[in-house]
Amino acid sequence: MSVDEKMDNGRRQLLVATSAVGGAIGVAAAVPFVASLTPSERAKAAGAPVEADIGKLAPGEMMTVEWRGKPVWILRRTPEMLESLKKTDPLVSDPGSEKPMQPEYAKNEYRSIKPEFLVAVGICTHLGCSPSSKFKSGADSGLGDDWFGGFLCPCHGSTFDLAGRVYKSKPAPDNLEVPPHKYLSDAKLLIGDDGKA
Amino acid sequence: MTTKAEAVINWIDERFPLTASIKGHLTEYYAPKNFNFWYFFGSLALMVLVIQIVTGIFLVMHYKPDASLNAAGVPVAFASVEYIMRDVPGGWLIRYMHSTGASAFFIVVYLHMFRGLLYGSYRKPRELIWIFGVLIFLALMAEAFMGYLLPWGQMSFWGAQVIVNLFSAIPVIGPDLSLVIRGDYVVSDATLNRFFSFHVIAVPLVLIGLVAAHIVALHEVGSNNPDGVEIKKKKDANGIPLDGIPFHPYYTVKDIVGVVAFLFVFTAIVFFAPEGGGYFLEFNNFIPADPLKTPPHIAPVWYFTPFYSVLRAVTYPLFGIDAKFWGVVAMGAAVVIIAFLPWLDRSPVKSIRYKGPLFKAILAVFVVAFVILGYLGVLPPTPGRTLVSQICSVIYFGFFLLMPWYSKMDQCKPEPERVNFK
Repeated sequence: MSVDEKMDNGRRQLLVATSAVGGAIGVAAAVPFVASLTPSERAKAAGAPVEADIGKLAPGEMMTVEWRGKPVWILRRTPEMLESLKKTDPLVSDPGSEKPMQPEYAKNEYRSIKPEFLVAVGICTHLGCSPSSKFKSGADSGLGDDWFGGFLCPCHGSTFDLAGRVYKSKPAPDNLEVPPHKYLSDAKLLIGDDGKA
Repeated sequence: MTTKAEAVINWIDERFPLTASIKGHLTEYYAPKNFNFWYFFGSLALMVLVIQIVTGIFLVMHYKPDASLNAAGVPVAFASVEYIMRDVPGGWLIRYMHSTGASAFFIVVYLHMFRGLLYGSYRKPRELIWIFGVLIFLALMAEAFMGYLLPWGQMSFWGAQVIVNLFSAIPVIGPDLSLVIRGDYVVSDATLNRFFSFHVIAVPLVLIGLVAAHIVALHEVGSNNPDGVEIKKKKDANGIPLDGIPFHPYYTVKDIVGVVAFLFVFTAIVFFAPEGGGYFLEFNNFIPADPLKTPPHIAPVWYFTPFYSVLRAVTYPLFGIDAKFWGVVAMGAAVVIIAFLPWLDRSPVKSIRYKGPLFKAILAVFVVAFVILGYLGVLPPTPGRTLVSQICSVIYFGFFLLMPWYSKMDQCKPEPERVNFK
């Protein structure tokens, strides 16, 4: 087309309009592909609550159950362990559990319904490793004299006390999550359902 | 009078640029005559890519991306890798070639990148070659990371868990983004299957496309050389660079020497040390994935460790956002910043041969810091190591960010008119 030939504005507008509509349809075609990447209905349905039998758990012992593919710890804390939480109060970053990492009924000094039993998702809030138990306190623990017992994440060294509260200046930003749970009886715990949701 | 063979070639040439392509990229592609051993690593990288693709094709014939447990209580994916190792004829060799190939790829690519750093191969007019190269490096990291999940061992599982959770650190969209990456609330069968798809189809296609772009861009502007002077400035009467020699046969033959030397080392590792002392295949990955138990010490494979150390080095929250997010940003920036080298380097010369003592010293410190970061990345963190990795991270970024100043200040020597060649 030479320069002085007159441009047909009608055709130009038609081209722009059809290209825009065609492009929009093309973009819209991405929707099912992106949607297919989100969790499937089956994955969503897999989050059923699980029961845990805590009758045989001795003081100082911990058991792990699987809920939604994650480890949930149930730790029966001894009086000394509960006592240690007072000492860690100034050392942890969120002593009052202000951040919503637990249901309302676990927002207390022990982060639990019954002080004795800690129920927490054993997944570090940093990058999702499962911390290991370091219940021994003091120099024996390998974590220094001022260690009162708790959990150590092997991946990036975050430490948590025996209420799952994260120590200050550690990579993990939040306390360990306390899942919704309720006691069906003294020896039976239901994890994943507290009858409130 | 044309022979039958010439007639066939002519027939093709009238329909497809066969002869022209061979000339343009091989027999009449003029490369500087002064290449040294650093110039082996580009062609070696291409060869390792071929090894990975060929071995990969055969592994897919026996591998099953399935996280469900078989009758023996072992995840099907893990069991299928063991099946390849024990029951498929030659399977162990193909698998070890593939797993060793992954590490070999990174060794070769790191050396290839360092060559660029030494001789200023990223400088004008090769900026796009360099950027394609950085994109290849990124694609390679994605490819290696997703491939590592497939054996569904403990390291596969927890490594993926950690890296996918990195994305959840991004404010606002993070949690949903990591959900879309995993396809589930935890790393699961859905994650394994999509990583398999990305590892065998999506990323290799991107990788091959980028490699093609890398080479096309290179052949457009011509190769740099250890002296960092443009051979195209001095041409003979036929327009051929005076210091250029045809890629084929000169460099194809030279590269064969590199290939032989490389294969000596490669096959020695494949046959005698395929686990690479726990660095190529981590010992914990011979245990099936257990979502309830993190191994006592998890570390990425060696080629990720320098960047992983940068991630761990960031322990301070900033602007009210977690340290975790800034760690991710620092790690991403550590890779992306490499792409900006062409604009950070303000030195009047390209090659280290004519750069001054300042650049040489800073480059040496940078290399040491990078190696230390890599070493610390495989170790569990302690306060002392975190401090060292913080210092090394600062050196790493300082090397790039201060380059506009120190590269200008440096006492450079004059570049020669033509390349040095004895």
